[in-house]
Parts: sequence; structure tokens; C-alpha cells
Amino acid sequence: MRAKGVLLAWVALAGLGLAQQTLTLVGAGATFPYPLMAKYADEYTRLTGGKVRVNYQSIGSGGGIRQFLEQTVHFGASDAPLDDGRLKEVRERFKTQALNLAYALGAVVPVYNLPGVKEPLRFTGPVLADIYLGKVKTWNDPALQELNPGVKLPPLPITVVHRSDGSGTSYVFTEYLAKVSREWAQKVGRGTSVEWPVGVGGKGNEGVAGVVRQTPGAIGYVELTYAKQNSLAYGAVQNKAGRFLLADLASIKAAANVPLPGDMRVSLTDTAAPDGYPIASFTYLLLYENLSVNEAVKSEAEARALVEFVKWILTEGQRYNEPLTYGALSPVAQQRALALLARVTYEGKPLGKEIVGR
Amino acid sequence: MKRLYTHFGDRVFALVLLLLALGVVALALLMAYELYRGGSLALGRFGLLGFALGREWDPALEKAFGAWPYILGTLIVSLSALSLSFFPALAAAIFAAEYAPRWLAQILNFLLDLMAAVPSVVYGLWGIFVLAPWLRDKLQLPLYLWAAEHAPGLLPLLGVPTGYGLMTAILILASMIVPYTAALARDAIALVPREHREAAYALGATRWEVMRLAILPLARGGILAGAFLALARAVGETLAVTMVIGNSHKLPYTLFGGAATMPSVIANEFTEAVEDLHLSALIAVGFLLFLVSMAVNFTAAYVLRRQERLVKGVL
Repeated sequence: MRAKGVLLAWVALAGLGLAQQTLTLVGAGATFPYPLMAKYADEYTRLTGGKVRVNYQSIGSGGGIRQFLEQTVHFGASDAPLDDGRLKEVRERFKTQALNLAYALGAVVPVYNLPGVKEPLRFTGPVLADIYLGKVKTWNDPALQELNPGVKLPPLPITVVHRSDGSGTSYVFTEYLAKVSREWAQKVGRGTSVEWPVGVGGKGNEGVAGVVRQTPGAIGYVELTYAKQNSLAYGAVQNKAGRFLLADLASIKAAANVPLPGDMRVSLTDTAAPDGYPIASFTYLLLYENLSVNEAVKSEAEARALVEFVKWILTEGQRYNEPLTYGALSPVAQQRALALLARVTYEGKPLGKEIVGR
Repeated sequence: MKRLYTHFGDRVFALVLLLLALGVVALALLMAYELYRGGSLALGRFGLLGFALGREWDPALEKAFGAWPYILGTLIVSLSALSLSFFPALAAAIFAAEYAPRWLAQILNFLLDLMAAVPSVVYGLWGIFVLAPWLRDKLQLPLYLWAAEHAPGLLPLLGVPTGYGLMTAILILASMIVPYTAALARDAIALVPREHREAAYALGATRWEVMRLAILPLARGGILAGAFLALARAVGETLAVTMVIGNSHKLPYTLFGGAATMPSVIANEFTEAVEDLHLSALIAVGFLLFLVSMAVNFTAAYVLRRQERLVKGVL
């Protein structure tokens, strides 16, 4: 009887101890970095001996931004940084800044289905824009043939395929097209969903890839990660410096080798970096500069755990990016992100400076 | 009758029933209200009519939202799917209930029920990888080439034969809703009293005449109810349609070309709708979808009631 009582007391104590030690950080947002986030979460929980768990819900960038503003999460995640309107909203409502920390890079690649064509095709931004505007209609169009002198292009009609669901992938792609084609900027613009002039809409990367695979003469765009994992053939795109580059981990990492603004809100498409792939972009974590305004952060311990976790992502966690085919931060980008993290405070205490500076 | 409810336990039971039933009604009303409130930003900006009849949906450049292409797409796809599937489904029901030997009827019924249980994503995948390429190569391209040569006037109606578009969506949806019509029709036919058939046979009617004069008129209510259930299912079907319809809201729609429906645009754009107006417009589309479904259900109730009256008149 007594032994049983002691055992019960031990179990109760152990349970209490566990409850005190385990912290759960909750994040929500973009679907694109979900595999990477899941990996970070696993590794970080292992590293801390189960003391810090990370629960990331991939509900989409729009949902991530809304949950961030409604303060139901410790951090938000978005494929695009917060725009000026949202930053102003945060300033006025919560009297603090919202920080956009880039922690990985993604790239968008043109995929196509051309029977008999083995070597990767070459594209330029304006030609891609003309294809998606419906102006270049066949594969043996002079504009394409000129770029690919060694390839015998078939007289197939081009079936344009785009994402039908709103996505960061579409945002990056249309943002690039809007930069390189004035007509695209005026007629279509950029966004997670746009009014596509022509083409078939497929749902998700798998929908676009499915339609492209089943349709000879189709062209689509998917994330590099998806193209690599499913071994899809994709084309090279000419960058601003005039070089034709196939997207790979080196060329998307290089895309961020440009002067970066302090708040990291920068578009990397059509990058000026000579060996940078032109359709690349950062993906962001969203944090409040003053963590005490975020109702989801309930204690200093949580705030500390959050800053520690983000610091780990920006430093040691970076080595998990490339095996999962996400771009890693360049040294400059890493410095910028850490400098932003250093600004984080909690109830007046400079937690960011303390943890980053360690 | 009144004394039945004087018992205390009965009263409690009646009250619980009433509360639960009212709860269902309240849930529907609350849903409509929430959808309206969520969509009020867009509805306020464009007006209910302006939003429902607006032809432009441009979240990026103009920030203009009009749901007409989606309403039209939903109506075209669901009504065409229903009219395509109705007679095959009815035939299957008649065959299973009246003509087939029992073992065959059992297999048939089992397969029909199975069709209803297959998840719509499976239909969608089958559509992307099998049906759409097959339709393109075997039907759309030959038809398009024939029309180009012999009847160029048809070309604007046919549209570009990519395989992913209105026609594929209608065919997929039609095959998805067959079991709904068939199952209810089968049960309605089986419920027709034996005496009716026997009376008709006694009068010297052939099998077809028995079906036409004695069984179908009595089963008509159930058959129509099945058709309306199938229509409601078709109006709300999201995933399978989204995967094959091509998701283009450029009017006018063509037979082979892409189209879009109300559920498809919501499913497509909801997760990444960052701007308030865009999100509100999507919820407003949900509100319109609610109204359209309600209209379908009211029409169904009206038609069914008229049918019942007709049948009672006959009897």
C-alpha cells in the first residue's frame, strides 16, 4: 500500500516536472517551407532534449499573416514580406515593429513537356512573359528558336499551365514577369492569384506537374524543390547579367548576393548578382519586435525559447536547408537576419541582443 | 392525441427533440449570417447584385471582384452533369430493381454504392492522368480538326482542345453523382406496392407498360428527390472539379476550354488570400453558393410537393 503511494507520488512529480519543462512554440503560415519547418522542429526538439517543441501549421501565407496579426501564434511565416500597409497596421495597433526575417530561399523553374527534346531549353524573362501572355503560341516560334539554336523545336502549340490556387510560387513568378515585361506589369500584375490571360490552371505543384506531364507541348512553373524531388526537366533562364542559369542550390544562394536593406524586405527576382538565378526569393518568419505585445507569448521563458529557436534556425539550422533543396542564407543575409533578431525585446529586456550576442 | 404528451417523460423528450431540431435550423441561419458578415466588405463595395453579376475577378491589379463567371460555371457544370447522368442512373436503378436476377442486382448495387464511397480526389487524379488525356486525343482533337475543316463556325464554341476544361469536369462530375440518383430511384421503385404491378399485369400490360404506367408514376417523387440530391452534390463538389476544369474564368466559356466554379475558386484562393478585400470576396462567393444551394433545395421541395399532389390526384 505504501509502496503504491510512493509510486503515485513519483509519477505525479514526474508529470509536473514534464509540464514545467516542455514549452511549445506555435507557428503558422506558408505551405512552401513546411518540410523544412518540420525538419527544424524535429531537430530542435531533439537538440533541447524534448524541452522545446515546435508546432508549425502550414495554412498558407495569408492565414499565417492573419494569425500573426490576431496573435494566436508565436511566429508567422510568409513567402512574401509584410507590405507597408501591414507594417503600419502593426505600428498603430501594437506600438511595435513587425520583423521580417528571411531564413531560406526558394526558386521557381519553368518545366515543359517536349517529346524528343533532351537538352535543357533556354528562356529569357521577356519570352516567358510573352508565352504567358499568349503572344508566343508555338514552340518553333522564332523568339524561342533564336535562344535555342542547337535544338530542333517541334511545331507544337504551347499549352500554358499555371497554378490555379493562390501561392507564393505564383507570386514570385508573376513578380519576375512584371519586372522584365512592361506589358505583363500593366495587363496582369503580380500576386498570389492573378487574372491569367491564357492557359490551364492546375491545383498545386502536383496539379501543374500532372497537366504538364500529360500534355505534349505544355509549359508550366513549379518550385525547384518539387521539380528536383520529382525529377522534372526544367529550363535555364537568362539573368540580368546575361547568363543562362539552371536553378540549383548554388545559383539561388547567389541570388541573395546583392546589397540587402536592413529590414530584409527585398525582392530577389531579376537579381543583379552575376551568378544568381533570376526567379528566386526569400521566405520569411514574422516576429514582433516587442514580444510582450504578442498575446500568444505568455512568459519570459517562452519569449527566450522563441528567440533561441529562431537564432538556431539562422545559424546551425541552416545546414538542413540544402539537403531539402531549399537555398541557404548567404553570409550577408545571415548577418541581416541576426541583426533583426537582436532587436527583439520582452518587457523591456533586450532578449535578442543577449541571445544573439552570446 | 393530446393525452399522449401529458406524461412527464414524453414532455421532456418532445422538448429535447424541439431543441435539437431548432439547433439545426439555428446552425444553418448562423452559417448564412457568418458568411454574409465575412463577405460584407466585398458585398458593400460592389453591392450584392454588382458582385453577383460582375464579370471581372482580378485580385492583383484592379482589385475588382465579380462572381458571375463562377456562378455561371457552377450552374453549367452541375446541370449538365445531372442531365448527363440522370437517364443512365435511372436505367441502372430500373434494371437493378426489376429486370436483373438477384445475384446480378446485388453486384450492381454494391458497385453503385462503392462509386459513392470513392473520395473525390481519386476521381480528380483519374481525371488528370487518364480521362483528360484520353478525351483530348480521342475526342477533342479529332472533333476540333474536323470542325476546322468542315464547320469553322463551331470553333469558337469548341475552344482549345487541351483536355482540361468544362467537358472533362462535366463528365467526371456526372460519373460521381450517378450513384445518388440511382440509389434513391432504386429504393423508390422497390417501394411501389406489389398490387400495382400485379393489377397492371392482370390487365395484360407488357413489362415496359407496367414500368411506364404502374411503377414510374408512383416512384416519381423518389426519383426526383434522388436527382435533386445529386444536383446539390454536384453544386458543392470541389476537389475533383478543381483538378480537371482548367480554372479559367474568362468568359465566354467553351466546351473544351477552361472554366471555374464557385467552390473551386474558394478552394483555390482561400489559403493565400492576404488582402482583406480578396478574402472577403471569397467568403461572399461562399454566401452566394449558400443562396444557390438554397434555391436548388426550395425548387426541389416545390417540385416534390407538386408531384405528391399529382400522385394523390391519380389515386
